[in-house]
Amino acid sequence: MLRICLVLIAALIALAPAHAQEGNLNTVLEAYRANIEKPSRTTITPVLEALVESQAPGVAVFLEKWREKELWQRKSDGRFFYVSKADGGKLMLTDIATGEEAGLADAAELDNLKPNSGVRGVIAAALVQFQLSDPDPERRLQALTALERDANQSHLSILRAAIESEQDPAIRTRKERLQRLLTIKFGFDQATRVAAIESFAGDPGVDARAALNPLLATSIQAFDAVPEGVNVARILTPGRDIEADAAYQLLVDAGKARPIVPLAERKQALVTNIRDGRVGGLPVAELVTQEARDRAYLALAADGSVPPLVTADERQEAVAGHVFAEVYAEPDAALTEAAEETLADINGTVGVYRFLDLALDGLSLASIYFLAAIGLAITFGVMGVINMAHGEFIMIGAYTGYVVQQFIPNYTASILVALPLAFAVAFLAGVALERLVIRHLAHRPLETLLATFGISIALQQIAKNIFGTQARPLTSPSWLDGAWVVNDVVSISYIRIAIFVLALVFLGLLLFILNRTRLGLEVRAVTQNPRMASSMGINPDRINMLTFGLGSGIAGIAGVAIGLFAKVTSELGSGYIVQSFMTVVVGGVGNIWGTLAGAGMIGSLQKLIEFFNPSNTLAAQTYMIIFIIIFIQFRPKGIIALKGRAAGD
Amino acid sequence: MQRSLFARQPSVLVFISLLAVFTIVITVLSEGFGLGLVSTSFVKILGKTLCLCLVAIAMDLVWGYCGILSLGHFAFFGLGGYMIGMWLMYERTKDIVIASLAGAELPPTAEEIREGIGTQIFGVVGGSEIPVVWYFADSLFAQLALVVLVPGLLALVFGWLAFRSRVTGVYLSILTQAMTLALSLYLFQNDSGLRGNNGLSGLQNIPGLTHLPQSVVSVWFFLASAFALGAGYLVAAWVVSGKFGNVIRAIRDDETRIRFMGYPVEAYKLVVFTLTAVIAAIAGALYYPQAGIINPAEIAPIASIYLAVWVAIGGRGRLYGAVIGAATVSLLSSWFTGGQAPSIPLGFYTIDWVDWWQVLLGLGFVLVTLFMPKGIGGLFDRLVRKDAA
Repeated sequence: MLRICLVLIAALIALAPAHAQEGNLNTVLEAYRANIEKPSRTTITPVLEALVESQAPGVAVFLEKWREKELWQRKSDGRFFYVSKADGGKLMLTDIATGEEAGLADAAELDNLKPNSGVRGVIAAALVQFQLSDPDPERRLQALTALERDANQSHLSILRAAIESEQDPAIRTRKERLQRLLTIKFGFDQATRVAAIESFAGDPGVDARAALNPLLATSIQAFDAVPEGVNVARILTPGRDIEADAAYQLLVDAGKARPIVPLAERKQALVTNIRDGRVGGLPVAELVTQEARDRAYLALAADGSVPPLVTADERQEAVAGHVFAEVYAEPDAALTEAAEETLADINGTVGVYRFLDLALDGLSLASIYFLAAIGLAITFGVMGVINMAHGEFIMIGAYTGYVVQQFIPNYTASILVALPLAFAVAFLAGVALERLVIRHLAHRPLETLLATFGISIALQQIAKNIFGTQARPLTSPSWLDGAWVVNDVVSISYIRIAIFVLALVFLGLLLFILNRTRLGLEVRAVTQNPRMASSMGINPDRINMLTFGLGSGIAGIAGVAIGLFAKVTSELGSGYIVQSFMTVVVGGVGNIWGTLAGAGMIGSLQKLIEFFNPSNTLAAQTYMIIFIIIFIQFRPKGIIALKGRAAGD
Repeated sequence: MQRSLFARQPSVLVFISLLAVFTIVITVLSEGFGLGLVSTSFVKILGKTLCLCLVAIAMDLVWGYCGILSLGHFAFFGLGGYMIGMWLMYERTKDIVIASLAGAELPPTAEEIREGIGTQIFGVVGGSEIPVVWYFADSLFAQLALVVLVPGLLALVFGWLAFRSRVTGVYLSILTQAMTLALSLYLFQNDSGLRGNNGLSGLQNIPGLTHLPQSVVSVWFFLASAFALGAGYLVAAWVVSGKFGNVIRAIRDDETRIRFMGYPVEAYKLVVFTLTAVIAAIAGALYYPQAGIINPAEIAPIASIYLAVWVAIGGRGRLYGAVIGAATVSLLSSWFTGGQAPSIPLGFYTIDWVDWWQVLLGLGFVLVTLFMPKGIGGLFDRLVRKDAA
């Protein structure tokens, strides 16, 4: 083993100037000329062995050229060359061993050797050992990736040899990991395999689980007595661990019991035995229950015209007289035991990471809900106005982003322009809505709800008329592509991180505006007591207008954020409106922290329900809403309720 | 004080007579029973419109008179449709399955028929088992009872929970909207047992009456809808005209004061909520056999909001207002979206009403809310007052 390594290192050093040991490679090729000319999967094995044995420089290059069908043979003397195009339609020959030019030749004087794909596969496998020690780290990584996908027993020793010479620590770690994985699969002795298996305890990697799971593959078998000499996973009790019918079928398959005549065949047998409108002594018209059909069949079976029915007693007896067991395909109990334990340990770790991943998912959903709902919370909290058109402000923001991208092709720049522009457009739309409609419906909240709903359907249809019904893309800048991958279980896309950051920024910004600025002071005053605020010189109309604009503007920004991961359609906003209301109501009206709490609760709860029922997101939403309805029973004012006079009672 | 119902509610007599005249005229002009001047499909549209008027009366009762803006009454309407649809679809499929098995050598067993029905109905959602909720589907009387019981119980439980914890105003609207959304999302699932987004179809074929042409069946349903609307109007007028009506109107105007006066506000609201849910369900059970198909999209929250829009346009707090609003808007809506309305060429742009009707409706609705808070029905007040003056 060590010898090969040393040689490989020597070969590496010697590889660049390829003329150091001239002749060596050519002699080997000469010796196996017939095999190389007409290669097959079996005949090239000695050639490859000899080539590797020869330790000649240039073997790797030769194998690669051969595989790539770039090897040529001169017809006159049967020697092999590499060729390159030369002037005058001639081909320039290159000596394989020395790499020196060996004169010109016509294409007709040469044969191009084209090994079939099976042979090329064998050559590629032999090549791996050279590639694993290639000076170019990129190619070493490629070779590793190829091995990770598809390896066989022979690669294990090659890989072990290649680890010693590895200088790059990252690649070395990867090689060692692959070595352990291959040991699990192909290792020769029990001890090293068990050691390799146990080394993966607590490792969340998918490859580790993929290596361990085949070891634990089982099949259910039937035995006459308690089995010995096989690696039993567990004994199955019929009726509890295995259904009696399935157990009986197992016996039938093993030839240990008579097959049951299926229902359809019994029916067919009855049909073929109808004589003069009667079958088995019963008139056909009476056979309208399964029980009557069974009687007719038994009568037929009694006179031998159909195969007899297997009675329930017979089946029970046969099942009781045998032992059923899950048997590992892997005969070595020590291995399966180690794999079982290690896998249990891995699953424990994976469970923890899953939970972490779930928490991240919940957090990102919560930040989306927060962004979508916070604008609503402001208008609802301050003015007591339900704005059904809030979803359409989200849509306006998303379409603003789309339009900006039509004019500014640079995605980073366009997003930077789109965010403030979406705020401005939605702000203006909000101010217009407040001045034209909502102001005139003061103190009539239900009518405000319906009037804004009218605005909502009009805006949706206008968007549909302008942009069409098909989804419009809002492309994120390339630095937001991809995901932050912690390990095979935990990952989160950068867009979601960006949205989380955006939500945090807005949380901070709103807290600052409401608690530290003059506008915020006036807004809080109007929220708590509009008439008193008005008598203190605050103009409530102006504050209402600005608040409504602010809430709508934030919805516009949320629209850009949502558009980045969802397709922009005219229904974009209406998909979020009910969730937004829920967030506000659950959280508690008129309070930013309340909205945060509501968004956090709804986001994480929805992900949790989806986790338990991953195939069905519709059901998750249904349960979610039912949960909220029940939750409101217990806290009608939300998680964080305003107290005292501000509560509005 | 005990005057007759007609004296307290003068609109009842007018409405019932107008409805009777209208019904007779349409029947005489129909293809099934008369001159054939009114096509079968238009009779169906009119019959459906009458059902929508009935659910609008229910909405008016709960919102216009009791002040509960429920955004869930169209869900009760849809549930009623589902309940009757289950019987229609089951029995019709049973007839088809028995007919297809009639040629077999052995007479089919009951299990084979059930299996055939299951495959026919649920094959589209990848199943052949008949779900538990279809347990009573082979009995017309059971399903008719469920038309009333299922939406009624849902309204009772939901209302009890909501009113008990004093959820009022816009909160209640949002909560009812959430209920509607949850219901429609649930029905959208394939394993809900009600065929997911395929819904129930072929409901226009009435089992046992398949020998009658649709032109005749449509008139029967039209008459039934008209009768239900008349009866619903009477019931609603009776409810709002007595002492009970005074109390619920007072709850609408000042709930707290009524509670302090010792009235069990929650019980009153619960009765109105449940009663109107049942009326809505009956309207739905009459509507969907005429429509022929029901699917979860019909129950989506937006439908319930439209219901509120009809009532608001027609005029809240007056029963004929609800009928006017529902009839006007739904007929206009099918006229505009059906592509029959002429497009308006503006030179640079052509206003195609299929695309712009929603915009017109939305903005028109805003204008009505702003400038005609009493709706179209408010116009009658002026007429009456002028007469008096």
